[in-house]
Amino acid sequence: MLPEFEFLIPQTLSEALKMLAEGAPDAVPLAGGTNLIPDMRGGYHTPGVVVNVAGLEELRSIRRENGHLVAGGATTIAELLEDHLIAQYAPILQEAAAAFATPLVRNRATVGGNLADAAPCADTIPPLLALGAEVELTSKEGSRRVPLEEFIVGPHETVRRPEELLVTVRWPVSPPHSAGAFRKMGLRKAACMAKVDVAVVVEGDESGRCRRARIALGAVAPKQFRVRAAEALLRDQPLTDEIIAEAARLAAEASHPRPGSEYKLKVVRGLVRRLLARAAEEIK
Amino acid sequence: MQPRIVTLNVNGRKHQVAMDPNVTLLYALRDLGYSDVKNGCEIGECGACAVLLNGKPVNSCMVLACQVDGAEIVTNSGLGTMDDPHPLQEAFADTGAIQCGFCTPGMIISAKALLDRNPHPTEREIREAISGNICRCTGYGQIIEAVQVAAKKMEEASDEV
Repeated sequence: MLPEFEFLIPQTLSEALKMLAEGAPDAVPLAGGTNLIPDMRGGYHTPGVVVNVAGLEELRSIRRENGHLVAGGATTIAELLEDHLIAQYAPILQEAAAAFATPLVRNRATVGGNLADAAPCADTIPPLLALGAEVELTSKEGSRRVPLEEFIVGPHETVRRPEELLVTVRWPVSPPHSAGAFRKMGLRKAACMAKVDVAVVVEGDESGRCRRARIALGAVAPKQFRVRAAEALLRDQPLTDEIIAEAARLAAEASHPRPGSEYKLKVVRGLVRRLLARAAEEIK
Repeated sequence: MQPRIVTLNVNGRKHQVAMDPNVTLLYALRDLGYSDVKNGCEIGECGACAVLLNGKPVNSCMVLACQVDGAEIVTNSGLGTMDDPHPLQEAFADTGAIQCGFCTPGMIISAKALLDRNPHPTEREIREAISGNICRCTGYGQIIEAVQVAAKKMEEASDEV
Protein backbone atom coordinates (compact mmCIF):
# COMPACT_ATOMS: atom_id res chain seq x y z
CA MET A 1 0.00 0.00 0.00
CA LEU A 2 1.16 3.51 -0.76
CA PRO A 3 1.41 6.21 1.90
CA GLU A 4 -1.42 8.74 1.99
CA PHE A 5 -1.35 11.93 -0.06
CA GLU A 6 -3.66 14.54 -1.51
CA PHE A 7 -4.28 13.95 -5.20
CA LEU A 8 -4.93 16.88 -7.53
CA ILE A 9 -5.99 16.71 -11.19
CA PRO A 10 -5.39 20.02 -12.99
CA GLN A 11 -7.12 20.60 -16.33
CA THR A 12 -4.54 23.04 -17.72
CA LEU A 13 -0.82 23.72 -17.40
CA SER A 14 -1.38 27.00 -15.57
CA GLU A 15 -3.63 25.24 -13.07
CA ALA A 16 -0.94 22.59 -12.54
CA LEU A 17 1.74 25.24 -11.95
CA LYS A 18 -0.46 26.97 -9.41
CA MET A 19 -1.00 23.68 -7.55
CA LEU A 20 2.73 22.95 -7.54
CA ALA A 21 3.52 26.46 -6.26
CA GLU A 22 0.92 26.24 -3.50
CA GLY A 23 2.03 22.77 -2.48
CA ALA A 24 5.81 23.39 -2.71
CA PRO A 25 8.05 21.90 -1.51
CA ASP A 26 5.76 19.03 -0.51
CA ALA A 27 4.01 18.66 -3.89
CA VAL A 28 5.31 16.50 -6.74
CA PRO A 29 4.18 16.11 -10.33
CA LEU A 30 3.02 12.63 -11.41
CA ALA A 31 3.10 11.62 -15.08
CA GLY A 32 3.85 8.00 -16.00
CA GLY A 33 4.36 6.98 -12.37
CA THR A 34 6.96 4.36 -13.22
CA ASN A 35 9.47 5.96 -10.84
CA LEU A 36 7.27 7.82 -8.40
CA ILE A 37 4.78 5.07 -7.57
CA PRO A 38 7.39 2.38 -6.74
CA ASP A 39 9.39 5.04 -4.86
CA MET A 40 6.34 5.93 -2.77
CA ARG A 41 5.58 2.29 -2.11
CA GLY A 42 9.15 1.73 -0.98
CA GLY A 43 8.93 4.72 1.33
CA TYR A 44 11.74 6.55 -0.50
CA HIS A 45 9.38 9.34 -1.40
CA THR A 46 6.49 10.57 0.75
CA PRO A 47 5.00 13.67 -0.88
CA GLY A 48 2.00 15.32 0.78
CA VAL A 49 0.49 16.38 -2.54
CA VAL A 50 0.61 14.62 -5.90
CA VAL A 51 -0.32 16.64 -8.99
CA ASN A 52 -1.37 14.54 -11.99
CA VAL A 53 0.19 16.11 -15.09
CA ALA A 54 -0.07 13.04 -17.35
CA GLY A 55 -3.09 14.25 -19.30
CA LEU A 56 -2.05 17.87 -19.91
CA GLU A 57 -2.19 18.64 -23.63
CA GLU A 58 0.55 21.26 -23.27
CA LEU A 59 3.04 18.52 -22.34
CA ARG A 60 2.20 16.03 -25.01
CA SER A 61 3.22 17.15 -28.50
CA ILE A 62 6.30 16.44 -30.62
CA ARG A 63 6.92 19.21 -33.16
CA ARG A 64 9.48 20.96 -35.30
CA GLU A 65 9.93 24.59 -34.42
CA ASN A 66 12.57 27.13 -35.59
CA GLY A 67 15.17 24.55 -36.52
CA HIS A 68 14.58 22.60 -33.31
CA LEU A 69 12.72 19.49 -32.37
CA VAL A 70 10.54 19.99 -29.32
CA ALA A 71 9.06 17.13 -27.29
CA GLY A 72 6.58 17.67 -24.48
CA GLY A 73 7.66 16.41 -21.07
CA ALA A 74 4.78 13.94 -20.81
CA THR A 75 5.62 12.30 -24.15
CA THR A 76 5.81 8.59 -23.38
CA ILE A 77 8.82 6.49 -24.34
CA ALA A 78 6.49 4.44 -26.58
CA GLU A 79 5.47 7.64 -28.38
CA LEU A 80 9.14 8.47 -29.00
CA LEU A 81 9.50 5.03 -30.55
CA GLU A 82 6.59 5.51 -32.93
CA ASP A 83 6.99 9.17 -33.88
CA HIS A 84 8.14 9.92 -37.45
CA LEU A 85 9.81 13.23 -36.52
CA ILE A 86 11.92 11.46 -33.90
CA ALA A 87 12.73 8.74 -36.45
CA GLN A 88 13.89 11.37 -38.91
CA TYR A 89 15.69 13.83 -36.66
CA ALA A 90 16.76 11.86 -33.61
CA PRO A 91 17.23 8.17 -34.49
CA ILE A 92 19.61 7.77 -31.54
CA LEU A 93 16.84 8.79 -29.17
CA GLN A 94 14.64 6.20 -30.80
CA GLU A 95 17.33 3.54 -30.32
CA ALA A 96 17.50 4.47 -26.65
CA ALA A 97 13.70 4.28 -26.41
CA ALA A 98 13.79 0.78 -27.92
CA ALA A 99 16.30 -0.30 -25.26
CA PHE A 100 14.33 1.36 -22.44
CA ALA A 101 12.95 -0.96 -19.69
CA THR A 102 10.09 -3.04 -21.14
CA PRO A 103 7.17 -2.44 -23.52
CA LEU A 104 4.81 -2.31 -20.52
CA VAL A 105 6.89 0.41 -18.86
CA ARG A 106 7.43 2.33 -22.10
CA ASN A 107 3.67 2.83 -22.49
CA ARG A 108 3.62 4.84 -19.23
CA ALA A 109 7.11 6.25 -18.62
CA THR A 110 7.72 9.74 -19.98
CA VAL A 111 10.80 11.48 -21.31
CA GLY A 112 10.32 14.37 -18.85
CA GLY A 113 10.10 11.90 -15.99
CA ASN A 114 13.23 10.07 -17.10
CA LEU A 115 15.17 13.36 -17.25
CA ALA A 116 13.79 14.79 -14.01
CA ASP A 117 14.36 11.54 -12.09
CA ALA A 118 17.99 11.78 -13.24
CA ALA A 119 19.04 8.23 -12.48
CA PRO A 120 22.69 7.69 -13.49
CA CYS A 121 21.47 4.93 -15.83
CA ALA A 122 18.54 6.88 -17.36
CA ASP A 123 18.65 5.85 -21.01
CA THR A 124 17.24 8.99 -22.66
CA ILE A 125 19.89 11.28 -21.17
CA PRO A 126 23.03 10.32 -23.18
CA PRO A 127 21.32 10.61 -26.60
CA LEU A 128 19.77 13.92 -25.64
CA LEU A 129 23.16 15.18 -24.40
CA ALA A 130 24.71 14.12 -27.71
CA LEU A 131 21.96 15.98 -29.56
CA GLY A 132 22.74 19.15 -27.56
CA ALA A 133 19.35 19.25 -25.80
CA GLU A 134 18.06 21.75 -23.30
CA VAL A 135 15.05 21.51 -21.01
CA GLU A 136 12.38 24.11 -20.41
CA LEU A 137 11.42 24.50 -16.77
CA THR A 138 8.23 26.41 -16.09
CA SER A 139 6.72 27.68 -12.88
CA LYS A 140 3.89 30.10 -12.37
CA GLU A 141 6.53 32.87 -12.26
CA GLY A 142 7.81 32.08 -15.75
CA SER A 143 10.03 29.82 -17.84
CA ARG A 144 13.75 29.19 -18.10
CA ARG A 145 15.79 27.02 -20.40
CA VAL A 146 18.68 25.00 -19.04
CA PRO A 147 21.16 22.93 -21.04
CA LEU A 148 20.58 19.27 -20.14
CA GLU A 149 24.20 19.02 -19.01
CA GLU A 150 23.62 21.68 -16.34
CA PHE A 151 20.16 20.39 -15.48
CA ILE A 152 21.55 17.18 -14.03
CA VAL A 153 23.62 17.78 -10.93
CA GLY A 154 24.14 14.26 -9.56
CA PRO A 155 22.36 10.95 -8.96
CA HIS A 156 18.62 11.78 -8.81
CA GLU A 157 19.52 15.43 -8.39
CA THR A 158 18.65 18.26 -10.78
CA VAL A 159 18.34 22.05 -10.68
CA ARG A 160 14.54 21.78 -10.98
CA ARG A 161 12.85 23.68 -8.16
CA PRO A 162 9.87 21.97 -6.51
CA GLU A 163 7.40 24.42 -8.06
CA GLU A 164 8.83 23.94 -11.56
CA LEU A 165 7.64 21.50 -14.19
CA LEU A 166 9.78 20.10 -16.99
CA VAL A 167 7.52 21.25 -19.81
CA THR A 168 9.60 20.45 -22.90
CA VAL A 169 12.95 19.13 -24.02
CA ARG A 170 14.36 20.54 -27.26
CA TRP A 171 17.39 20.10 -29.45
CA PRO A 172 18.65 21.61 -32.70
CA VAL A 173 17.98 19.66 -35.88
CA SER A 174 21.36 18.28 -36.97
CA PRO A 175 22.80 19.85 -40.15
CA PRO A 176 23.23 17.76 -43.34
CA HIS A 177 26.10 15.24 -43.29
CA SER A 178 25.39 14.35 -39.68
CA ALA A 179 25.23 10.90 -38.20
CA GLY A 180 24.58 9.47 -34.77
CA ALA A 181 24.93 6.16 -32.99
CA PHE A 182 23.73 4.80 -29.64
CA ARG A 183 24.47 1.64 -27.72
CA LYS A 184 23.30 0.37 -24.37
CA MET A 185 25.23 -2.36 -22.62
CA GLY A 186 23.51 -4.30 -19.85
CA LEU A 187 23.61 -7.69 -18.20
CA ARG A 188 20.71 -8.99 -20.27
CA LYS A 189 18.37 -7.78 -23.01
CA ALA A 190 15.00 -7.35 -21.31
CA ALA A 191 14.12 -5.05 -18.41
CA CYS A 192 17.71 -4.17 -17.84
CA MET A 193 19.42 -1.19 -16.29
CA ALA A 194 22.25 0.25 -18.34
CA LYS A 195 25.74 -0.73 -17.27
CA VAL A 196 27.09 1.58 -19.97
CA ASP A 197 25.24 3.94 -22.31
CA VAL A 198 27.13 5.58 -25.17
CA ALA A 199 25.70 8.13 -27.62
CA VAL A 200 27.60 10.00 -30.31
CA VAL A 201 26.59 12.59 -32.89
CA VAL A 202 29.03 13.63 -35.60
CA GLU A 203 28.41 16.66 -37.79
CA GLY A 204 30.50 16.38 -40.94
CA ASP A 205 31.16 18.34 -44.09
CA GLU A 206 31.01 17.32 -47.75
CA SER A 207 34.52 15.87 -47.67
CA GLY A 208 33.64 13.54 -44.81
CA ARG A 209 35.70 15.47 -42.30
CA CYS A 210 34.25 15.91 -38.80
CA ARG A 211 33.21 19.49 -38.11
CA ARG A 212 31.97 18.78 -34.63
CA ALA A 213 31.26 15.72 -32.51
CA ARG A 214 29.35 15.21 -29.30
CA ILE A 215 30.07 12.13 -27.22
CA ALA A 216 27.91 11.37 -24.17
CA LEU A 217 28.27 8.57 -21.64
CA GLY A 218 25.84 7.18 -19.06
CA ALA A 219 26.10 4.86 -16.05
CA VAL A 220 29.89 5.25 -15.78
CA ALA A 221 29.94 8.18 -13.32
CA PRO A 222 27.55 9.74 -10.77
CA LYS A 223 25.92 11.59 -13.67
CA GLN A 224 25.82 11.40 -17.45
CA PHE A 225 28.34 13.67 -19.12
CA ARG A 226 29.89 14.76 -22.40
CA VAL A 227 33.50 13.89 -23.11
CA ARG A 228 34.76 17.39 -23.85
CA ALA A 229 38.41 16.41 -24.35
CA ALA A 230 37.48 13.89 -27.06
CA GLU A 231 35.07 16.34 -28.68
CA ALA A 232 37.83 19.01 -28.85
CA LEU A 233 40.23 16.49 -30.37
CA LEU A 234 37.82 15.64 -33.19
CA ARG A 235 36.91 19.23 -34.07
CA ASP A 236 37.55 19.88 -37.80
CA GLN A 237 39.52 16.68 -38.23
CA PRO A 238 39.27 13.81 -40.69
CA LEU A 239 38.03 10.76 -38.76
CA THR A 240 40.99 8.43 -39.13
CA ASP A 241 41.27 5.17 -37.19
CA GLU A 242 44.03 6.75 -35.09
CA ILE A 243 42.07 9.81 -34.02
CA ILE A 244 38.98 7.69 -33.27
CA ALA A 245 41.10 5.39 -31.10
CA GLU A 246 42.49 8.40 -29.23
CA ALA A 247 38.97 9.83 -28.71
CA ALA A 248 37.90 6.45 -27.31
CA ARG A 249 40.90 6.43 -24.95
CA LEU A 250 39.97 9.93 -23.71
CA ALA A 251 36.37 8.79 -23.13
CA ALA A 252 37.56 5.93 -20.92
CA GLU A 253 39.90 8.31 -19.11
CA ALA A 254 36.98 10.65 -18.33
CA SER A 255 34.84 7.81 -16.91
CA HIS A 256 34.69 7.11 -13.19
CA PRO A 257 32.83 3.88 -12.57
CA ARG A 258 32.35 2.66 -9.02
CA PRO A 259 35.08 0.49 -7.51
CA GLY A 260 34.63 -3.06 -8.73
CA SER A 261 33.23 -1.89 -12.07
CA GLU A 262 36.52 -1.02 -13.74
CA TYR A 263 35.54 -3.33 -16.61
CA LYS A 264 33.33 -0.46 -17.78
CA LEU A 265 36.42 1.46 -18.86
CA LYS A 266 37.14 -1.20 -21.46
CA VAL A 267 33.52 -1.20 -22.56
CA VAL A 268 33.51 2.59 -22.95
CA ARG A 269 36.71 2.52 -24.96
CA GLY A 270 35.43 -0.21 -27.26
CA LEU A 271 31.95 1.23 -27.75
CA VAL A 272 33.07 4.82 -28.36
CA ARG A 273 35.53 3.58 -30.96
CA ARG A 274 32.92 1.43 -32.67
CA LEU A 275 30.17 4.06 -32.65
CA LEU A 276 32.47 6.83 -33.92
CA ALA A 277 33.68 4.56 -36.71
CA ARG A 278 30.09 3.80 -37.65
CA ALA A 279 29.18 7.51 -37.68
CA ALA A 280 32.33 8.30 -39.70
CA GLU A 281 31.22 5.80 -42.36
CA GLU A 282 27.77 7.33 -42.50
CA ILE A 283 28.82 10.96 -43.01
CA LYS A 284 31.05 10.03 -45.95
CA MET B 1 -6.87 12.20 1.95
CA GLN B 2 -10.12 12.73 0.01
CA PRO B 3 -11.61 9.76 -1.83
CA ARG B 4 -12.70 10.42 -5.40
CA ILE B 5 -15.54 8.94 -7.41
CA VAL B 6 -13.92 7.09 -10.29
CA THR B 7 -15.46 5.28 -13.24
CA LEU B 8 -13.58 2.21 -14.42
CA ASN B 9 -14.77 0.48 -17.59
CA VAL B 10 -13.47 -3.03 -17.13
CA ASN B 11 -14.06 -5.71 -19.75
CA GLY B 12 -17.08 -3.79 -20.95
CA ARG B 13 -18.59 -3.39 -17.47
CA LYS B 14 -18.86 0.02 -15.88
CA HIS B 15 -17.87 0.35 -12.22
CA GLN B 16 -18.37 3.57 -10.31
CA VAL B 17 -16.41 3.47 -7.08
CA ALA B 18 -15.14 5.79 -4.35
CA MET B 19 -11.38 5.46 -4.45
CA ASP B 20 -8.64 6.67 -2.14
CA PRO B 21 -5.90 8.35 -4.22
CA ASN B 22 -3.22 5.97 -2.97
CA VAL B 23 -4.91 2.89 -4.44
CA THR B 24 -3.23 1.52 -7.53
CA LEU B 25 -5.20 0.19 -10.47
CA LEU B 26 -3.92 -3.29 -9.54
CA TYR B 27 -5.60 -3.20 -6.11
CA ALA B 28 -8.71 -1.51 -7.48
CA LEU B 29 -9.18 -4.27 -10.07
CA ARG B 30 -8.53 -7.10 -7.64
CA ASP B 31 -10.96 -5.57 -5.12
CA LEU B 32 -13.59 -5.44 -7.87
CA GLY B 33 -13.13 -9.18 -8.35
CA TYR B 34 -10.75 -9.23 -11.32
CA SER B 35 -8.40 -11.64 -9.63
CA ASP B 36 -6.91 -12.66 -12.98
CA VAL B 37 -4.81 -9.48 -12.58
CA LYS B 38 -1.93 -10.87 -10.52
CA ASN B 39 0.08 -9.06 -7.88
CA GLY B 40 3.70 -10.02 -8.46
CA CYS B 41 6.51 -7.58 -7.79
CA GLU B 42 4.62 -4.26 -7.50
CA ILE B 43 7.58 -2.39 -8.99
CA GLY B 44 6.92 -2.88 -12.69
CA GLU B 45 9.47 -5.61 -13.25
CA CYS B 46 7.37 -8.77 -13.66
CA GLY B 47 4.32 -7.90 -15.79
CA ALA B 48 1.95 -10.23 -13.88
CA CYS B 49 -0.42 -7.28 -13.33
CA ALA B 50 -0.52 -6.24 -17.01
CA VAL B 51 -3.81 -4.95 -18.38
CA LEU B 52 -4.81 -3.11 -21.54
CA LEU B 53 -5.37 0.56 -20.71
CA ASN B 54 -7.13 2.23 -23.64
CA GLY B 55 -5.71 -0.55 -25.81
CA LYS B 56 -2.12 -0.35 -24.58
CA PRO B 57 -0.51 -2.88 -22.25
CA VAL B 58 0.70 -1.39 -18.95
CA ASN B 59 1.69 -2.56 -15.48
CA SER B 60 -1.38 -1.82 -13.35
CA CYS B 61 0.80 -1.70 -10.21
CA MET B 62 2.30 1.60 -11.39
CA VAL B 63 -0.94 3.38 -12.25
CA LEU B 64 -3.20 5.10 -9.72
CA ALA B 65 -6.86 4.18 -10.13
CA CYS B 66 -7.69 7.90 -9.80
CA GLN B 67 -5.43 8.63 -12.79
CA VAL B 68 -7.52 6.54 -15.19
CA ASP B 69 -11.05 7.77 -14.48
CA GLY B 70 -13.18 6.88 -17.50
CA ALA B 71 -10.54 4.72 -19.18
CA GLU B 72 -11.23 1.44 -20.97
CA ILE B 73 -9.53 -1.44 -19.19
CA VAL B 74 -9.28 -5.00 -20.46
CA THR B 75 -7.95 -7.86 -18.36
CA ASN B 76 -7.26 -11.42 -19.45
CA SER B 77 -10.71 -12.56 -18.27
CA GLY B 78 -12.27 -9.99 -20.58
CA LEU B 79 -10.79 -11.63 -23.66
CA GLY B 80 -12.78 -14.86 -23.49
CA THR B 81 -14.67 -17.31 -21.32
CA MET B 82 -14.25 -21.00 -20.49
CA ASP B 83 -16.90 -21.82 -23.14
CA ASP B 84 -15.64 -19.31 -25.67
CA PRO B 85 -11.94 -18.71 -25.08
CA HIS B 86 -9.83 -16.23 -27.03
CA PRO B 87 -7.50 -17.96 -29.55
CA LEU B 88 -4.55 -16.91 -27.38
CA GLN B 89 -6.10 -18.49 -24.27
CA GLU B 90 -6.85 -21.65 -26.22
CA ALA B 91 -3.35 -21.76 -27.68
CA PHE B 92 -1.71 -21.27 -24.26
CA ALA B 93 -3.66 -24.29 -22.96
CA ASP B 94 -3.09 -26.43 -26.07
CA THR B 95 0.66 -25.88 -26.27
CA GLY B 96 1.26 -26.31 -22.54
CA ALA B 97 2.37 -22.71 -22.20
CA ILE B 98 1.14 -22.78 -18.62
CA GLN B 99 3.02 -24.26 -15.71
CA CYS B 100 2.11 -22.50 -12.47
CA GLY B 101 -0.08 -20.08 -14.42
CA PHE B 102 0.81 -16.96 -12.47
CA CYS B 103 2.37 -15.10 -15.39
CA THR B 104 -0.25 -16.28 -17.90
CA PRO B 105 -2.81 -13.44 -17.70
CA GLY B 106 -0.09 -10.81 -18.13
CA MET B 107 1.58 -12.78 -20.91
CA ILE B 108 -1.72 -13.04 -22.76
CA ILE B 109 -2.33 -9.30 -22.38
CA SER B 110 1.10 -8.47 -23.86
CA ALA B 111 0.54 -11.01 -26.64
CA LYS B 112 -2.92 -9.58 -27.37
CA ALA B 113 -1.46 -6.08 -27.68
CA LEU B 114 1.18 -7.43 -30.07
CA LEU B 115 -1.28 -9.27 -32.32
CA ASP B 116 -3.61 -6.25 -32.38
CA ARG B 117 -0.97 -4.17 -34.17
CA ASN B 118 1.09 -6.94 -35.78
CA PRO B 119 -0.94 -10.02 -36.74
CA HIS B 120 2.11 -11.85 -38.16
CA PRO B 121 4.92 -11.34 -35.67
CA THR B 122 8.32 -12.98 -36.02
CA GLU B 123 9.73 -14.96 -33.12
CA ARG B 124 11.95 -12.02 -32.33
CA GLU B 125 8.99 -9.64 -32.22
CA ILE B 126 7.13 -12.03 -29.91
CA ARG B 127 10.13 -12.19 -27.58
CA GLU B 128 10.35 -8.40 -27.55
CA ALA B 129 6.61 -8.01 -26.91
CA ILE B 130 6.66 -10.28 -23.85
CA SER B 131 9.99 -8.96 -22.56
CA GLY B 132 8.20 -7.15 -19.73
CA ASN B 133 6.60 -10.39 -18.50
CA ILE B 134 8.62 -12.76 -16.40
CA CYS B 135 7.85 -16.49 -16.28
CA ARG B 136 9.63 -17.89 -13.23
CA CYS B 137 8.90 -21.43 -14.43
CA THR B 138 10.94 -20.31 -17.49
CA GLY B 139 8.51 -21.85 -19.94
CA TYR B 140 9.22 -19.26 -22.59
CA GLY B 141 9.55 -21.75 -25.46
CA GLN B 142 5.95 -22.90 -25.19
CA ILE B 143 4.71 -19.36 -24.62
CA ILE B 144 6.28 -18.20 -27.87
CA GLU B 145 4.84 -21.23 -29.63
CA ALA B 146 1.40 -20.44 -28.19
CA VAL B 147 1.50 -16.91 -29.62
CA GLN B 148 2.50 -18.31 -33.02
CA VAL B 149 -0.30 -20.87 -32.91
CA ALA B 150 -2.83 -18.20 -31.93
CA ALA B 151 -1.64 -15.84 -34.68
CA LYS B 152 -2.11 -18.59 -37.23
CA LYS B 153 -5.53 -19.54 -35.91
CA MET B 154 -6.67 -15.92 -35.96
CA GLU B 155 -5.44 -15.52 -39.53
CA GLU B 156 -7.34 -18.63 -40.64
CA ALA B 157 -10.46 -17.40 -38.87
CA SER B 158 -10.28 -14.04 -40.62
CA ASP B 159 -9.72 -15.76 -43.99
CA GLU B 160 -12.96 -17.68 -43.56
CA VAL B 161 -15.03 -14.55 -43.14
